[in-house]
Amino acid sequence: MNELPALLVALPIFGSIVALLLGLVRARTGWLVAVLTSIVQVVAAATLASRAFGEEPVRYVVGGFTAPFGIELVVDGISGTMAVLVAVVALGVLGYARSAGPRSNAFYATYLLLITGLTGMSITGDVFNMYVFLEITGLTAYALVASGDSGRSALAALKYLLVGTVGASLFLLGIGYAFVATGTLNMADLSTQLAAVEGGYTAPLVQASFGLLVVGLFVKIAVFPLHTWQPSAYAGAPDSVSALISALVSTVAAYALLRIVFSVFTVEFLVANQFARTVLIIGAIVSIVLGSVLAVSQDEIKRMLAYSSVSQFGLVVGAIAIANGAALTGAVIHLVGHAIMKGGLFLTTGLIANATGARTVDEYAGLADRLPVGARVFGVLALAMVGVPPAVGFVGKWYVVLGAVRAESWPLAVVILASTLLTLAYFARVIERIYFREPAADSMTVETADTPAASGIATDGTGLVPVTVGMRATVVAAAILAIGLGVGAFEYGQLLEPTIERLLA
Amino acid sequence: MIELLTTRGYYLVSFLLLGVGTYMMIGNENLVKKVIGMNIFQTGIFLFFIVAAFVEGGSPPLLSAPAPYVSPLPHVLILTAIVVGVSLTAVALGLIVRIYSEYGSLDEASIQKVIADE
Repeated sequence: MNELPALLVALPIFGSIVALLLGLVRARTGWLVAVLTSIVQVVAAATLASRAFGEEPVRYVVGGFTAPFGIELVVDGISGTMAVLVAVVALGVLGYARSAGPRSNAFYATYLLLITGLTGMSITGDVFNMYVFLEITGLTAYALVASGDSGRSALAALKYLLVGTVGASLFLLGIGYAFVATGTLNMADLSTQLAAVEGGYTAPLVQASFGLLVVGLFVKIAVFPLHTWQPSAYAGAPDSVSALISALVSTVAAYALLRIVFSVFTVEFLVANQFARTVLIIGAIVSIVLGSVLAVSQDEIKRMLAYSSVSQFGLVVGAIAIANGAALTGAVIHLVGHAIMKGGLFLTTGLIANATGARTVDEYAGLADRLPVGARVFGVLALAMVGVPPAVGFVGKWYVVLGAVRAESWPLAVVILASTLLTLAYFARVIERIYFREPAADSMTVETADTPAASGIATDGTGLVPVTVGMRATVVAAAILAIGLGVGAFEYGQLLEPTIERLLA
Repeated sequence: MIELLTTRGYYLVSFLLLGVGTYMMIGNENLVKKVIGMNIFQTGIFLFFIVAAFVEGGSPPLLSAPAPYVSPLPHVLILTAIVVGVSLTAVALGLIVRIYSEYGSLDEASIQKVIADE
């Protein structure tokens, strides 16, 4: 069982190959392979995470080359959480994709490769290894976005590819600067060596490295104004894919930012370079405010949810800039909570679109009568995202605000509190239409099959599909999780304490 | 300035490539040229790593060769990065083929026009 960290990365690759080869023998077997792989992955990730919450992180040396020369996998409380989150969300989205498609084996092979990339990013302890996993995540995400069969999804994927590659390349350049300064790539080793660089943390080489790594990850997280790839990618992809990508890709990139800032550069770097902290705070504030404003002005639900992600990740970046225990606990809880809520919202959007053909804010009018389950789940998840207790969205924001107040970072504290109202602004618009408006006369009579084509929106290539029990069960499970996690989140925050103390030491 | 050019010339060239690549990605309307720009951008970064590994008068990192050695690690890293770059180019070109069959053009402005007409 000591090989568990390596198996966690290898297992989805193996599943991916099996899915691809089995596709040659029999079509449409990919889903089964993906489900079996994901179930084993959930068990393995949970086992590993349960061991990672102790005083010491689980360390694994790949191929017998000891650190700092070889690649090391390090699993602490936060990376364990991410690994479990990736596995659980992947399994959940599969529950929806069973009937919603896409169905080809190649799709599920790519799906599992994406899981590999995300898991690898979560548990690696080596910066170059992180770059490779970042690119695996990127490549598979581009391919998955393009799996819708309209031209719109291919165009969105190409835009995502160009912008994403620039981000990953800047990340690589930042690694290059750090490597030139220190001659090492291991994260733990880098943190001690960077402190010993001539000129300390204010040496231009170290500052430039930090800047490039952070900006590269900002692109991947989609922080304003580097978010431009994100709305079209989420809106152009099939529903199952937008749910998976919105829940995981930016989340793990934000985790990588946390890891780079605290495990590689450490808090002392932020203290020595107030400018770096200011840039993070400004990025957070701009992202929160403008992301919400743009979300309010969208007509299409999926684009609105995409801009909402820009705003929510501003919150996480803000928590990283505050850099104290409460804020970081909040950041991790909000990452997990946001993944569940946003993934659930995208799946609900897909469910509603398949059942009624509604994809814009106006078409949601009177939805409560037409599709009660979809309307209720959407309402619950939206309110959870706003931060109504006891949902998990509340706990994450609570911790981050607590951190901001303790650090006396008043502008950020005010913006985060205001962000709750801003979030309400765009969700209230939808909820009001769902519950308090009569459906427009024509939207009742529009033939459902025409609606997506008319508004030029990619479904999954299989057209509209009947809503099945699996799809309903998945979105209801997401809503229950969003509430349930909120109840357990304070205990989880205490569980996370040793890990975060180690990170801030 | 002259001294900078003679001693740090390689670095300047690699960063010039970054600039050229970025400009091509932003300035060109043609999608294939954008991908070429992306390749040039990445090549600039590859060269930066290779230049960083160079040691004046160094020999290949073999036990039989005399010291000092050039650093072999960046070469290995860039080998990996090149593989990533090739895969990215392949995916990008695959997408471009699909975009072309859908819209009948590789020009950004004409594609926007086709979308607006639909």
